[in-house]
Amino acid sequence: MPSLGADMDHGTLVEWLVHPGQQVRRGDVVAVVDTAKANVEVECFTSGVVDQLLVEPGVRVPVGAVLATITTGGPEPEPAPAAPQPAPTAPATAAVRSPVTSPLVRRLADAAHVDLGTVHGTGPGGRVTHADVRAASSTTERTPAAVAAVRIRSSPLARKLAQELGVPLTGIAGSGPGGAVRAADVTATAAALTAAPAPAETADRTMAIRAQIATSMARAKREIPHYYLAQTIDLEAALRRLREHNRTVPVAERVLPAALLLKAAAMAVSTVPDLNGFHTGTAFHRSAAVHLGVAISLREGGLVAPAIHDADKLTVPELMAALKDLVARTRAGRLRAAELADPTITVSSLGEQGVDTIHGVIYPPQVALVGFGAIRDRPCAVDGLLGVHPTVTASLAADHRVTDGISGARYLLAVERLLNQPDKLL
Amino acid sequence: MTPATATAQAELTYREAVREAIRDAMRRDERVFLMGEDVGQYGGAFGVSLGLLEEFGADRIRDTPLSESAFVGAGIGAAMGGMRPIVEIMTVNFSLLALDQILNNAATLLHMSGGQFGAPLVIRMTTGGGRQLAAQHSHSLEGWYAHIPGLRILSPATVADARGMLWPALRCPDPVLIFEHGSLYNATGSPAGHDSADITTAAIRRTGSDVTIVAYGGTLGTALTAADRLAEQSISADVIDLRVLRPLDDATIMESVRRTHRAVVVDEGWRSGSLSAEIAARITEQAFYDLDAPVGRVCSAEVPMPYAAHLEQAALPQPGAVVDAVRAVVA
Amino acid sequence: MLRIRRFEERCVELYSATKIRGFLHLYIGEEAVAAGVMAALEPADAVVSTYREHGHALARGVPMDAIMAEMYGKATGCSRGRGGSMHLFDRATNFHGGSAIVGGGLPLAVGLALADRMAGRSRVTACFFGDGAVAEGEFHECLNLAALWHLPVLFLCENNLYAMGTRIDRAQANTDLAARAATYGMTAHAVDGMDALEVEKAARRAAAAVRATGSPYFLELRTYRFRAHSMYDPDRYRDKAEIARWQQRDPIDTLARRMISDGELDEPGLAQLNADVEAEVAASVTAAEQAPVEPVDQLTRFVYADNEGLP
Repeated sequence: MPSLGADMDHGTLVEWLVHPGQQVRRGDVVAVVDTAKANVEVECFTSGVVDQLLVEPGVRVPVGAVLATITTGGPEPEPAPAAPQPAPTAPATAAVRSPVTSPLVRRLADAAHVDLGTVHGTGPGGRVTHADVRAASSTTERTPAAVAAVRIRSSPLARKLAQELGVPLTGIAGSGPGGAVRAADVTATAAALTAAPAPAETADRTMAIRAQIATSMARAKREIPHYYLAQTIDLEAALRRLREHNRTVPVAERVLPAALLLKAAAMAVSTVPDLNGFHTGTAFHRSAAVHLGVAISLREGGLVAPAIHDADKLTVPELMAALKDLVARTRAGRLRAAELADPTITVSSLGEQGVDTIHGVIYPPQVALVGFGAIRDRPCAVDGLLGVHPTVTASLAADHRVTDGISGARYLLAVERLLNQPDKLL
Repeated sequence: MTPATATAQAELTYREAVREAIRDAMRRDERVFLMGEDVGQYGGAFGVSLGLLEEFGADRIRDTPLSESAFVGAGIGAAMGGMRPIVEIMTVNFSLLALDQILNNAATLLHMSGGQFGAPLVIRMTTGGGRQLAAQHSHSLEGWYAHIPGLRILSPATVADARGMLWPALRCPDPVLIFEHGSLYNATGSPAGHDSADITTAAIRRTGSDVTIVAYGGTLGTALTAADRLAEQSISADVIDLRVLRPLDDATIMESVRRTHRAVVVDEGWRSGSLSAEIAARITEQAFYDLDAPVGRVCSAEVPMPYAAHLEQAALPQPGAVVDAVRAVVA
Repeated sequence: MLRIRRFEERCVELYSATKIRGFLHLYIGEEAVAAGVMAALEPADAVVSTYREHGHALARGVPMDAIMAEMYGKATGCSRGRGGSMHLFDRATNFHGGSAIVGGGLPLAVGLALADRMAGRSRVTACFFGDGAVAEGEFHECLNLAALWHLPVLFLCENNLYAMGTRIDRAQANTDLAARAATYGMTAHAVDGMDALEVEKAARRAAAAVRATGSPYFLELRTYRFRAHSMYDPDRYRDKAEIARWQQRDPIDTLARRMISDGELDEPGLAQLNADVEAEVAASVTAAEQAPVEPVDQLTRFVYADNEGLP
């Protein structure tokens, strides 16, 4: 007995318009019911064959009572309500089974290639829940398609840009809430990938980064006429000053020599500003700010060179903190878009690997890359005598379109001078 | 009709600007008259019509009994009969007593009559909180009216608009509702150059590039204050003053969102089913692929407006909340 | 009156055939009121009506074709298919529409009269409403306002004893509606609404008074609807005997008998009248059947007045 008004609790069957064995379709009028107000036609909401008429004309029954059963064509005929009921009174049966699922559950099931019909629902009324789908999918083998279907959190604009720029969203470290990829993340990646579209198979992050490095470095070697200079610098004074500093601060705030080298590299830029900026292919644009790119290797392979903004204006302890933060976030995949987008000059340091000298490749569209090798005690002349001092080999790879060797030499000299006068740094 | 009288160039209060607008309209068009509760001898519940009775007489500055339905409906009837009434309702809460007339008559007559009869009247009323007038004088229900096809809804947020919007509203052949935020009456500004403002477009009150803040009426000031604070944090905000709540000027909103990729809507109405919800929905309908963050909203707390000052302030949208909402979509 | 009767009888038939949908409120039994009142009004006067307004519109002179087309929802309807049975409008006859909110038309009538007063026009606004409206706040607000401002409104209360299914003594503490109107400070009295000539006489006197004084006037027209409230109404709240009693006072029979006895009409003349009316109704149905529907691309017209050339 359908509810035909909020205030109706009983109804009287007036007339059957169908008979057992008759085929009915959803929407057909099957009976007339007398409510307190009027005779009302009752439509059925199920297609099938009328099985039994359970209520005689003239009988008054409560709302929700089963008036008739309809066989819906399953293997075993089972009773189904002829009219909607306020709540299911009989358990779902094979004949009328049609699992009630939410859109999200259906999408999850699709992505995981799980057949909902085979999932045992544990939710209210046998509903299939997210957990049921996940349980079912973990018992089935995860196909590549299922993995690829995992949704990447991203803004609409980021998705549009990614499509326009041909950048796959996979592999981009999102800087938004919950790691969501935002527009700036996409543009930064696109800038790094330059004009060459990513190969189709760069489906995971490592491959994307490899592709990015390949594109970028190939462009550097193709377009940029590099020249290389190197200079070995005595770090005795600098490291002594650093030890003094470190004695005065808690362990957690101790500064590593790398920060001192970065500071010197950043400050020396003011001597040769033409090493700091971008070459667009037709002209060089000097940058007023020094955003120092720091090459950081990734555990899974490859490297990125995000920027420490305004590095020349930071104190060495601040630089140290920024470096630690940057390394941690790089390895966690949590870089901010701007950090990837705008280094103006990059420093690469392979000292930890024991290498003495770096002959670097410039990151386009930058025009210089500064290298620092390992800091080692080396024999050297000290005040006319042979001494042993910690030294480092600083190198410069620079763009010959913008500067000449003499400018580069001035830059390395400035780095040396700063490191010899550590009070200017710390 | 006589030519427009020269407007004073000096600064006016919002209240004076509304009064000047009424005076000017009544001088220009003899069909215009003002009626409402205590608009005459009392001078208007908020002092807007002070002095107009003396100038125009009791026939055209017409005190009514406390019968919102009757006098609003009479305004509609008088408009059908060729007059151009300005009907003042003391507050938006009281307008509910006339909602039947506004919805079932003013908004529908033109359509029901197949274009034969319209209701070209202006209904002005005070809206909004902030004055400790509690739960029956402080609500912002203009969003309800903005739901209704057939009405035009204006929300002057500046002295210039308070001065300039009335005349075009009276010339408009449709019923126009003007919502004056109660906290604005003492605000000062220049009405210069706004003798007759347009009543179809939104205005960009401040330009920026990082986020679009959409506000109107009483929340415009809140949004501008927030934008100042955001500027100190190097976040630059476009601030849109909707001005017209129906029909909404989608073009201005979308043009801004397409530039900034982020939006926060500030609405003194309650969040659920509000104008802010409508605007957020339109942004997702029309500028979804330009969005780089979910649309943010700052609305009144979902409580009847409390009396105590600290509670009321906590219930209303504040600049700090706007700053937070912007930071959430920009950060 | 015959036109109203035959028109509505045909509407019932068309409603059963689903040619007409929506609500259909029939005036059958109350025709003397419309006929009598409209005879007393000038062409320039304004009329504000209710949702039971086929009779008002026909008696006022709104063309039957336009009304029937409106019942059909056609583009040639007097409201271009936007109004239907409850919202007939016609600017040419100053017919300001059927309002389907009980009491909702009264403020409009007060406003129309206010405009006339302020513009220096001397005309009457005739405002129809039922006994149900007397229970609404708007009724009292409007009688007060019209009396307070001395506005030329002729208030016409069609008291058919039932507000939908609620008999007047179940809804009104004092069922003497004219007496209650009088307390607002206007002339008010009741008239036999089943007698067209009585109605016309009273309406002429009232309209003349409104014109002369510029002040409101209240007529209570005691009448009865022979049909249910609407086509949805099973009419379970009225005694069949009560309906039969009132039907013995059928206003059309009453008038026809009077005219025949006065020598103004004879049986062949009445038959001819009936035939003419039947023909007019049939023609209106044919025209409505053939009339074009409003194109759906016109759906959003008449929401705002832009480009509609409204006066």
